[in-house]
Amino acid sequence: MNTSKASLTRSPGVPGSAARWLLGKAGGGIFVLWAVATAIFFGIRMIPGDPAQAIMGGPGSQASAEALAAARAQYGLDQPLYVQYFGQLWRLATGDLGTSYSLKIPVSQVLAELLPPTLILAGLGLLVAWVMALVLAVISTRSGPVGSAVASGLEIVSSAVPHFWLASVLIMVFSTALGWLPPVSTSTPAGLVLPVVTLALPLAGFLGQVMRDTMATAQRSAFALSARARGESEIGVLLRHSLRHAALPGIALSGWAFGSLLSGAVVVESIFARPGLGRSLLSAVTARDIPLVTGVALVSAGAYVVIMALSDLGERLADPRIGPS
Amino acid sequence: MNAVVPLLRVEDLDVSFGGTSVVRGVSFTVSPGECLAVVGESGSGKSVTAKSLLGLAGPGSLVRTTTLDVAGVDARNLSQRGWRALRGKQVGFILQDALTSLDPLRTVGKEIDDALRLHSSGSGSQRAARVIELLEAVGLDDPVRRASQRSGELSGGMRQRALIAAAIALDPVLIVADEPTTALDATIAASVMSLLGDLRATGSGMLLISHDLAAVASVADSIAVMQAGQIVERGTRDQILQNPQHPYTRSLLAAVPAGKPRFTRLSPTGDAGMDGVASVARPARTQPPATAPAPDVLPVLRARGLYKSFPMAKSAALPAVRGVGFELLPGHTLGVVGESGSGKTTTARMVLELVTPDAGDVELFGEPWSTVSEAGRRSRRSSLGAIYQDPLSSFDPRLSTSSLLADALSFGATRNPRKYTTEVAELLAMVGLEPGVAMRNPATLSGGQRQRLAIARALAPKPRVLICDEPVSALDVSVQAQILDLLDDLQQRLGLSYLFISHDLSVIRHMSDDVLVMRAGEVLESGKTESVFSDPQHHYTRSLLASAPSLPGSHRAQEGP
Repeated sequence: MNTSKASLTRSPGVPGSAARWLLGKAGGGIFVLWAVATAIFFGIRMIPGDPAQAIMGGPGSQASAEALAAARAQYGLDQPLYVQYFGQLWRLATGDLGTSYSLKIPVSQVLAELLPPTLILAGLGLLVAWVMALVLAVISTRSGPVGSAVASGLEIVSSAVPHFWLASVLIMVFSTALGWLPPVSTSTPAGLVLPVVTLALPLAGFLGQVMRDTMATAQRSAFALSARARGESEIGVLLRHSLRHAALPGIALSGWAFGSLLSGAVVVESIFARPGLGRSLLSAVTARDIPLVTGVALVSAGAYVVIMALSDLGERLADPRIGPS
Repeated sequence: MNAVVPLLRVEDLDVSFGGTSVVRGVSFTVSPGECLAVVGESGSGKSVTAKSLLGLAGPGSLVRTTTLDVAGVDARNLSQRGWRALRGKQVGFILQDALTSLDPLRTVGKEIDDALRLHSSGSGSQRAARVIELLEAVGLDDPVRRASQRSGELSGGMRQRALIAAAIALDPVLIVADEPTTALDATIAASVMSLLGDLRATGSGMLLISHDLAAVASVADSIAVMQAGQIVERGTRDQILQNPQHPYTRSLLAAVPAGKPRFTRLSPTGDAGMDGVASVARPARTQPPATAPAPDVLPVLRARGLYKSFPMAKSAALPAVRGVGFELLPGHTLGVVGESGSGKTTTARMVLELVTPDAGDVELFGEPWSTVSEAGRRSRRSSLGAIYQDPLSSFDPRLSTSSLLADALSFGATRNPRKYTTEVAELLAMVGLEPGVAMRNPATLSGGQRQRLAIARALAPKPRVLICDEPVSALDVSVQAQILDLLDDLQQRLGLSYLFISHDLSVIRHMSDDVLVMRAGEVLESGKTESVFSDPQHHYTRSLLASAPSLPGSHRAQEGP
């Protein structure tokens, strides 16, 4: 009967509540960054081995005991753990990410080089996943039970496929056999196609399942029937009503999806030999390059926080029923 | 040229879904300025008939007809494009379920504008002006603001008005309205009906679909009664209402509670066939409990000065319930009538002590009830039962009927029905359900059967007081009649007292000995039902009475000045 009483009194666009929302997001973000920095700091010390060894060129180096001690003193590794921890937090808070052990250049400089390619890869992956999911959803709702079953099967298979396997198959088919696309990532647009598709396909299957359900519900709803009774065509019902309803869960999941794309980038960048955060993270962990690992993790976490906030904002803009909470 | 070309002519309409025939041989015509009402209970095929007229019977349907002329167009083999030209432009369709028929993500203005845009009527600014004009025409205040709001920000009545605005945007020659007032409060329903009556006066033809003869009586010129996919009787409104021929029409008329005194039977005796229910032996009618109870009779339930506010609700500038008090005498029914948001349900919850009052107290059988601890109440909880509007959502979906009843019979100790076979059978018989229902899942039962089961469960712990919160609001008039009769029977047989809550004045008037009229959390008026309704003191009670649908043929005391 009296549905959504609360929304009757909703007052959109109250400046105070928008500021409060932003403040809440910023506070949450800072907490996440602190938690990541702390987890990295202690976590990386659990890996066996001596960081000073890493500074001096890795386990293979024949550094003398004096040289190792000097490196420890230079990087503060001889201090008590809590001094190191708070010193690290303070440096991070003031924006000093330190110098990479293995590359011997400031971490901020490394990140400035590596962040853009990864963001481009993940962003394109999300976009392509969205397009594929929507196309699948539309096809399956428009083409009866058989089309729906086929689309549903495709979605389940693609969302279950692991990135490394998918990447190998795509390289074998499109590079080795057909020769259409380069097997390693190059700076040309063609070089981006396979990495992006590898990242996008599993996500598209996942998003597609959620969107198809919502879209089918919207197609059967009373408001869709009302629109048809006003003379709306099937395409019109889809574009003006159902598509928007289907997009809602997709928007809500996009923040999470972007996070999964960042972790997927570790695998994809390594396989396609593409420069980026993911591949550097892998080599930095192997080399026990603490500042670089910390920097990459913090920047990834920061990107994740921003994307989550954007997806939350997008959800609010797309669905007027969600008030400022 | 003919004297009158009908706007709508249907002959021999058959609709089936996957081989199951739901409409058989239906024929009717609607002339300009005429209003034809098609009346029947749910499942009679009336909604499918209406949708078939616009080619919207839905996927999997097979529609056959010898004649289908809609607004001068032969619609038998129409293309999708042809249908779209008719929909909205020639025929305005007001669908069932006003609450969900607007897209919650789009503004009301856009939804109405769609009708104009789709039939390319005017420029953007012309259309915007027309939208405002339409919202004003259907009686919405502040139309400019309404146009920018979404359905979630509008009440049920406003949503229905906005839908009507969209349906009449292009001045269609024919309006089809499917249950336009179901789920609306009585005063709002009355104003929507009078709005539809005004539209007809402009010369449009109208096809009105309803389960309630009383609801259509004020606007229909002629009535067709549908049962099981066929029209069983048709005639002018006065013929049908005053001199019904078919037994089904008579049962529909008898089911309308308006103007039927207390304890008048509403459903046919031995109601087998109406709801697939075995007839139950009914005790001889006895007189209602003494009209003037002896002064020493102790009320079973007494509430004094109940207050409750919900600080979480942003709209709660006023408490949900303010200073409500009443007495319920043994074997009596106290009716509580008011529109949604009047505080009826909150009052019921305080009586059940599901919500603790902020102030005031409730006494049960003369002993403190709301002021003692839950441990002090527990042993007495079995004397207080409750039934609700939506019984299915109050049943655990994993339990069969007999497990539900075993759960209630054992006070929650076991759900194993084997120990309670006799008791379960007795309860089912008491509420007129067949023994076979015991093994079924409640989700497979009809609406009437579910409410019977809810009553059986409420009766399991042998309560003396039953709180009935809108128990018939979701039911068709004919099923409602059976449930009301059942409640009457049980009251007489078991000496139950009812606190009966409803927004429907006719139901309250038929069921209650005493009545409380509530609005905005307050009791406006209370007293003996007949004295309150024959001589209402408060203007709100008078407006409720004026808007309650009634059958013109039935004679009842005057409806106030």
